[in-house]
Parts: sequence; C-alpha cells; structure tokens
Amino acid sequence: MDFPILSAMIAVPLVAGIIVLFLNDNGARWTALLATLANFALGVVLWQAYEIGGDRWQFTEYVGLGEGTLVPAWALGIDGIALMLIMLSVFLMPICIGASWRAITRRVPEYMGAFLLMEALMVGVFAAQDLLLFYIFFEGGLIPMYLIIGIWGGAEKIKAAYKFFLYTLFGSVLMLVAMLYMILDAGTTSIPALMAYDFPAGVQWWLWLAFFASFAVKMPMWPVHTWLPDAHVQAPTAGSVILAGVLLKMGGYGFIRFSLPMFPEASADFVPLVFILSGIAVVYTSLVALVQRDMKKLIAYSSVAHMAFVTFGLFAFNRQGIEGGLIVMLSHGLVSGALFLCVGVVYDRLHTREIARYGGLADNMPGYAVLFLLFTMASIGLPGTSGFVGEFLALVGTYEMSSWAAIVATTGIILGAGYMLWLYWRMCYGTQKNADAAAMPDLSMREWWLLVPIAAVVMWMGIYPESFMAPMRDDVGHLLERIEPAQVHFDARPTEGTGVAAASVTDTATDHKGGAH
Amino acid sequence: MTYNFAAILPELILVFGEPVLMLTASTMGARATRLTTWGTVALLLAATLAALFTTEPGTAGPLFGGLMSADPFAVYGKVLIYLSGAVAIIAADRWFGDDVLHGPEYPVLILLATVGMSVMVSATNLVTLYVGLELNSLAAYILASYRRTDARSAEAGLKYFVLGGLASGILLYGISLVYGFTATTDFSGIAVAFGRDEPLGIGLLFGLVFTMAGLAFKISAVPFHMWTPDVYEGAPTPVTTFFASAPKIAAVLLAARVCFEAMGPAVDAWRQIVVFAALASIFLGAIAAYGQTNIKRLLAYSSINNIGFVLIGLAAGTPAGASAMLFYMAIYTVMTLGAFLVVLSLKNAQGEPLEAIADLKGLSQTRPGMAAALAIFMFSLAGIPPLFGFWPKLLVFNAAVEAGLVALAVAGIVGTVVGAFYYLKVIKIMYFDEREQELATSCGPLEPIFIAIFALIVSPLGYLLIGPLGDWSATAAGALF
Repeated sequence: MDFPILSAMIAVPLVAGIIVLFLNDNGARWTALLATLANFALGVVLWQAYEIGGDRWQFTEYVGLGEGTLVPAWALGIDGIALMLIMLSVFLMPICIGASWRAITRRVPEYMGAFLLMEALMVGVFAAQDLLLFYIFFEGGLIPMYLIIGIWGGAEKIKAAYKFFLYTLFGSVLMLVAMLYMILDAGTTSIPALMAYDFPAGVQWWLWLAFFASFAVKMPMWPVHTWLPDAHVQAPTAGSVILAGVLLKMGGYGFIRFSLPMFPEASADFVPLVFILSGIAVVYTSLVALVQRDMKKLIAYSSVAHMAFVTFGLFAFNRQGIEGGLIVMLSHGLVSGALFLCVGVVYDRLHTREIARYGGLADNMPGYAVLFLLFTMASIGLPGTSGFVGEFLALVGTYEMSSWAAIVATTGIILGAGYMLWLYWRMCYGTQKNADAAAMPDLSMREWWLLVPIAAVVMWMGIYPESFMAPMRDDVGHLLERIEPAQVHFDARPTEGTGVAAASVTDTATDHKGGAH
Repeated sequence: MTYNFAAILPELILVFGEPVLMLTASTMGARATRLTTWGTVALLLAATLAALFTTEPGTAGPLFGGLMSADPFAVYGKVLIYLSGAVAIIAADRWFGDDVLHGPEYPVLILLATVGMSVMVSATNLVTLYVGLELNSLAAYILASYRRTDARSAEAGLKYFVLGGLASGILLYGISLVYGFTATTDFSGIAVAFGRDEPLGIGLLFGLVFTMAGLAFKISAVPFHMWTPDVYEGAPTPVTTFFASAPKIAAVLLAARVCFEAMGPAVDAWRQIVVFAALASIFLGAIAAYGQTNIKRLLAYSSINNIGFVLIGLAAGTPAGASAMLFYMAIYTVMTLGAFLVVLSLKNAQGEPLEAIADLKGLSQTRPGMAAALAIFMFSLAGIPPLFGFWPKLLVFNAAVEAGLVALAVAGIVGTVVGAFYYLKVIKIMYFDEREQELATSCGPLEPIFIAIFALIVSPLGYLLIGPLGDWSATAAGALF
C-alpha cells in the first residue's frame, strides 16, 4: 500500500494538538507552527502527486470498522475539488497560527490545540469518502470553533458561541436523518457510490431540503446567515480567518458533493428557490454591509454576499457557473481571510474595530495600505485578481440560466465596490483624525510574512487561474454528466446562433468565424 | 420441570456470597466497611465472569418452568449491571470517608439491589418480574435515605418510597388484569393471547396500559418522571451515581423484554404510548434542565432526556431497535458514570461535596484534566460527533427510520438540538467563565483511572467498539425475537 498521505494529513495536526496541551506557551506556539507547516508541505506533495486527468478518486484509503450497512468506514480519497479545498485549508492554517502569535496571551496551549484539532477535522471533511465519516468530521468542527469563540472571543462571545453552535447543529441534524434514509435506501455509505445512485424523484425533494438546511446554514445563505456576523465579530482574528476561509466553504462543498450529484432532479426543481435566496442575499447583505461601523461586521456581511455568488454559480447547471462558483470559493477563502488579517493588524495596535477611529493610514502605514488595497480590489473583483475570475465565470453561468438573476447578481458587484472602496477610503485615505491611529507603526516582519503569501496566491489565481482550474475540470465534467438529464429552464432563452460569419458583414475579413452563440 | 442451577450461577454467587461477607464483617469491627466494599466488588466481578462464561447463548432456554431465562439478552444486562454496581461501590468508598453514617451495609444494599436487577433482566414471567423489581426497589429506597440525619436524604428516600409504591401498585394492577384476561403470567403465553385477540379487548388493553405506566415510572419516562430530580438531588451523590446507571439499565431492559416478548404481537397498541413517552421525555428533559442550578438535578433531567432516545428504539419495535437500545444503554452508562465520577471527585472551597453548577466556574484553569473529561462527557451526552455518544443516538434514529417512523426520528433529532443547549452551558461555565474559587479533589487513586477509561471509551477511539459491541447487542436483542 502507498503511503497513506491523507491519513497523515489528519494525524499530524491531531497528534500535535494533543502534544501542545502539555507544553508551555512558547513551546505550544512553535509546535503548532511546525505542525501546520509540515501539513502544508504534505499538502504540496499531495498536489504534486495528484494526477490531473487520472483516476477520478485518488489517494484512496479504506479500513472497514465492521460488518453491516450502517458502519462507518475509514474511507478517504480526493478528487480535484477536494484537493483544492484541502490546499486552501493547509495553506491558511500556518497563517492563522502566525496571526495568533502575539494576539493570544491567555491559555495558549489550549488555543493551539483547538486550532490543530480544527485543521484535522477540516482535512477530514474534504477527504472523507464515507457518508457517516463525513458527518462526524463535519459536525466535529463545531466543538473546537465553539471553544475558540467562547474562550478567546470578544465581549459578546458567549452569545455568539451559542448562536454559532446551535444554528449549525440544527441545520445538520436534519441532514443526518436524510443520510440515514439514503443509507437504508441505497444500502451503502460510500459517497462515490451514492453519487451514482438514483433516488426516487419524490423522495429527492425531501432529501434535498434536509441537506439544504445544513449547507445553507453553513454557507450561509440569507435568511439563515445571522449567526455569521456575530461569530465573526466575536471570534479572535485567526478564528475569523478559518471561519470565513474554510468553514463557509464546507457549505459549498456540500452542495457540489451531495446536493447536486445525488439529487439532480430535486436540485433542478429548486433552482428558483436558490436563485431567489441568493439574489436577496447579494443585494440585501451588500446594503447592510454599507452601513456597518465595525470593520469585521462589514467583511462578514460581504462574505454572505460573496457566498451568494457561489450558490448562483453552482446552481447554474453549466460549466462556467460551476467552475466560477468553485473559484469564488477559493478566492473568497483567501481574500476574506486576508481582509480579516488586515483588520487584525490594526486591531492589535488600537484594540478597536470601529472604522471611524482610523483614517489616513496610508501616511504612517504605507506597506499595510498597499496590501490592504490589493485585497480590497480582489474582493471587488478587479481583473488581475482572483476575485475577477470567479465572479465573472459565475455570472456568465448565471446569465445562461437566467438573465434576471444575472442582473440582480451584478448589482452586488457594484455595491461591493461601493462598500469596500468606502471602507478603504475611510481607513487609509483622508486626514489623520486620531493621534493614536496616526502613531501606529507599519507592518512588522511577522505580519509581512502573513499577508504576502496570500497576496501572491491571489495574484497567481487572478493571472493564471488554469493552475487551479485544471485539477477540477474533469470533476466538473463528471458532475455535469450527472446533472445534464435534469436540465432546467429558467427565464433565459439562449438561442442557437445561426453562425453569421464575420465575412458576411465585412467582405475583407475572410478567415474569421463568428463565434457568437 | 428442570432445575438448571448452572445457568443462574451469577445470581447464586451474589446471593450466597453476601451472607458470608456480612457475617464475617460483623466480627471485624472498624475494618468491616472496607471488607464488605472490596468483598462485594470481588463478588460482582466474579458474577460478571460467571455470566459471561458459564451460559452458552441459546442453550440455556427457559429455566424453572419458564420463570427465568439466561439468554444472551439477560447476560448483556447482567454484565452491565454488575460492572456499574461495582463502580458505584468503589466511588462511594472515598466520598463517604469517615462519615459515621457510612457502614458495611452500603455495599450490601447495592449488592441486594443488583440481585434484584439481575432477576429483572432475566424474568420471563410476570411474577418473577415483580419479585425482582421489588427486591431492587426496597434496597433502593433505603439507599436513597442512606444519610438518615440529612433531611434532604431522608426526604428523597420517603418520596421515592411513596411514589415507587404507587407505581408498583399500578404495575401490579396491570399485571393482574393481564393475568385475568390471558390466564397466564408466562411471557410466551401472554404473547399468544395478545396475538389471538385482534383488535385488542378492553381488558387486555387496560392491562397493557397499566403495565406500561408502572414500567415508565421505573425508567423515569415522562409523565412518570417527577420523582427523578428530587431523588437524584437528595440522595448522597454515590447513591445517585448508582441510581443513574444500574437500575436504569435493568428497568429499560425489563421494559424491552415485556414489550417485545410478552406484548410483541400488540406492537401497534403500545407503540403510540412509547412514542408519546419518548418525545415527551426528550423535550421535557431538555427544556426543564435549562433552569437547573444543581448538577445532580441537571444530570437527572439529562437521564430523562436520554431515556427518551432509548424509547425511540423501543418504538421502532424491530430487532434493530432493540439492539440500538442495548447499545445506547451501554454507552449511556459509561457517559453518566463518568460525569458522576467527576462530580464525586470535586469538593468546593468549603470542603463540601460539589453540587452547584456555578461551583464549576473556571474549572478548566484549576483542574484541566477533570474539566476536559467532563466536557467530553457533556458533548458526548449531547450527541455531538466525533464523540461516541453520537453513535447510539444514530442507531436509534436509524431504527426509527427503518421502521418507517421518519417523523419520530425528525422530532427526536430536533430534541437533541434543544438538549445540546444545557450541556453546552456546563461547558461554558467550566471553560468560558473565570474561576472564582479553588476546587479541591477528593478522590482515591482509582477514580481518575475510571474517569480516564470512560473518557477514552466515549472519545473517537470508541468507534472501534462499533464492531464488537454492535455484534454483542445484536445477539442479545436477537434473543427477544
């Protein structure tokens, strides 16, 4: 048997997470950093070894735990989509540890332990190939996050921790009943097998709704997003990064791994619901973001708006939409993580998140202002950054399905530019109103190390997205094959182009073929 | 009629071992408590081994003309009961310390109760059932008022006795009706009678309802749960530890046997009662626990809540449901014993045994190990994966879905979210709140070992048990069908 690299990527943080509990503060910090870097190195190896165009499921591992249908198996394996999300998780994790280096001074070993446990569970969610194993990892993530928000959070931490826990738990227990039904009906817990299993059309509706309850809360979609602003505002910086960067992606991953391939007909029937909720989310949460005075809250609401692009794209039922949704997930994971880190940088100096307390930071923190500008632009979706690629594709896909939805969604980009640029203007430009804000030093070496890698990847994804799209291409193809029979028609009426050659318009240009369809 | 005494070797060991122990203890003076404590533990372990290795499953058959049975189902119950009884005895030793009221009779009473429970899980006849139940209950009434000078303990004993007597009366009335209309007290004979009448005659129906009501009292299912919080709070904590484990197992197994073996053909008649009791227990247990300030009362409501989930397995009425119940009881016992052991090992700043939940404030800073263990038990009782308490809940829901009771499963699972709230509250108090006082531990060397073992069982490592424990509970449940 080959080296079980996925198990290793779960085991490394888990073991380190137990070890740090017995160390002192500095020992815990260094151990956590080394463990997460080691896991990132394993991730790089994983990406290198992943064979694009090879088997659909690679690095598979299987250890049964007993006989019978309802027994979870230690079944791991990844496709390109899971690979990219695992890479996102292991890439953000060392940055989170670095971001907590000075900000966390109380109960450091437990903090590092909670983060390492979180990493193990995140990798597990994306690598699990067994339905019950997936559920165990998916739900298990609640425990460390509950502790992170509750112990190291801000003033309202307890309310936020409860809200986070109970909201997400309520969503996912309904999914559990659906899972039990599926296992009994299909007689297997294997996710690849279930992805190819045809559930009766009448039942699909209920199953889809049960899964939707879980993923919509996790995503989060309007109107069940209200836990997110609270959780983000109260969580420590690194907690927000992981929450926005990876945990929200579990919702999108759930749609693409479960809802769409397992219940294609129901997904097609529910497209209007998803589009309406996403449309409301884009407009409503963008407007709410505009009036926020708290930086973290503003970014939290912008997350909800961005995740609505993901749901638009995934439920567009075409290649552009789904690939766009996936790229938005990756891009948002990086960009919102980076924005939360930017908030953390000034919060660590001034201990306030009120936008009005800052101003003119470009004068005294030029390095910070440059990086913050880059991430602001990426969040808006400026060409050349990762945000553009994803949002453009997602909107193209949406347009093919519904022009009205695309029009509504596009206003989100305009509003997004509004609230992000206004935030940037109030923070970094203008006059320096407060002496203490004006006296803040620029980024330290540690902070450069946190932000520059993310900036590099954001640019990379913006300029050459092929590196990220190539591993996922075949998997999107498989998904399309699966959902094609359930093709849904919305208000868009794409007509087959008659192929009016450019030549007929201008006689001089003869070689051009009209490509408009 | 055949007399197969080998099949009841576990009970014989306990019944004959105890007088010997008591007589020896009466001549030992001050060291008597010690002797009976460890002697009883040894007897219980010997009985466990006897239960496991003497009876070959399936060969024992009905004993004493159908009064008892030593089938795998009974063996499963006995092993759990003996082991949790032993833990309750060991935990009490250090807790009572030099209390003048503590004497050699404590282990003896627990042992008598376990003999009663052993009979309960083996009974295949209404009369044996009642004898076992009363033997257990009488010992339990005395145990509840064990600290006789403490008003709360005496009150708990009296309350338990009065309400328990009432429940026994109801049960006995149900039994007499069943006997009157079936002309037999034998479970298999009753099953024949229940299978014959379609629809069920009014007399049999009343008999069934009263019997179920009496049993519901013993497992403290809503609406017969009222005694539980008071008795749990008033009884000395080691006694509560015992009440929360072994008698619960015995009563649940007894109810399962009566429902499946005696009333099996009338499943449609009792299913509605069980569904109601299940949902009422889940939601009342979850909601009423919210306002509690005493950890023992909280755990009492937690046990009501958990019994509700067990009853979902019973409502399913299938072998899978019965097997899920057995699995649930094993893991529930481990979690409850673990939580109580943590409570038993803590003393507050005044040196008194810990009871107020608020006393746990900041426990994670003063006693990180204990806090982590209690957090594991709480998350596990709430049924949050990856902890193992999730698995039995999944099994009962699975049984319900399999039996077509999807609505029941959905309602139950919503109940887990409601219940999660108060388990989270305990964790919040231990981890999020700042400490107010230094807590002392007062446990012997064995308690931390037990706590560690129980915590490991409910940790994700517990999933390795799915195979063996699942097989064993399936075999045991198979004996009923």
